[in-house]
Amino acid sequence: MSIWLTMVLAGIITFVIRVSFVLLFGKIRVSTRLNQALNLVPPAVFSAIIFPDMFLQNNQLAIHLNNGRMIAGMLAILVAWRTRNIVLTVLTGMIGLTLFQMLFN
Amino acid sequence: MNITPRNEFLGGIRAELPILVGVIPFGMIYGALALSAGIPANASQAMSAIVFAGSSQFVMAQLWAQETPIFVMLATVFVVNLRHGLYSASVAPYIQHLSITWKGALSYLLTDEAYAVVITHYRKFSQDAKDLSSIITGKQHFFFLGAGLALWSTWQISTAIGIFLGSIIPESWSLDFTLTLTFIALVMPSLKRKPEIIAALVGGIVAVIGAALPLKLGLLSGALAGILAGLWSERLK
Repeated sequence: MSIWLTMVLAGIITFVIRVSFVLLFGKIRVSTRLNQALNLVPPAVFSAIIFPDMFLQNNQLAIHLNNGRMIAGMLAILVAWRTRNIVLTVLTGMIGLTLFQMLFN
Repeated sequence: MNITPRNEFLGGIRAELPILVGVIPFGMIYGALALSAGIPANASQAMSAIVFAGSSQFVMAQLWAQETPIFVMLATVFVVNLRHGLYSASVAPYIQHLSITWKGALSYLLTDEAYAVVITHYRKFSQDAKDLSSIITGKQHFFFLGAGLALWSTWQISTAIGIFLGSIIPESWSLDFTLTLTFIALVMPSLKRKPEIIAALVGGIVAVIGAALPLKLGLLSGALAGILAGLWSERLK
């Protein structure tokens, strides 16, 4: 399947979501429940991407100290929690992973 | 300061500047990552204009490298971008008076980074005015346009630089890990209340358990389980 077709469809989906409530304003009311659900999307989606990358190696659970991505990820979580700074978080995680790979691999 | 189109437009650009500092490396990493995922350079660049949503472009690059079926990729993009529905609902009252062209253009520019400064700007006015009438006659949509276009052009340029550098960066750098790290940085500040923490934990754990599922459905089932668990926790209160 072509990457072009995929991205055009993805672009349409993204645009429709962004324009949705702008066009529907006054025609429908956003229920509290829907609002709550939308609020929960970022934490749910982002952790569904983060966790497997940190805690799995070759599709096997890898919660041990030999797992560089888990260690570096934990470090990044700490930095993100304390500083809320994206650049600092990414830098810490990448430096952490690189050091880990240099030292233990 | 007068609320003229020009002042508002420049004000939007100024407000966006600090955020751009973080966007530049993000765009560069996307460009390099898309290239290493096997997406041709011209398509990688076009995606930044056609999709124009950082997180889902990262995820698409990752899924493309893993030869994921198109409908799973699109469903994932849908879920990852659902949060923009929240932004859409939140800016809707402020741009109701505009023409359909304006609504379309501003919606296209409605990213996380633009939303953050635009909603702050609108709220500043709506707090003073108590109702929306002053905004409906105002030129604040030029602020939205300025912030959106500043981000848009930065995103295109940093993608291009990333694509250029991507052909130089060695494979051994584990660039794909920056996706996870970026998401960690995005998710941590949102974990303020119990429902969000539960949504994050359940979403992550279900995604780990579901990683063996075919078609990369682990991500989708994790996201869905997280949202449902969070809603359930809201209900208990």
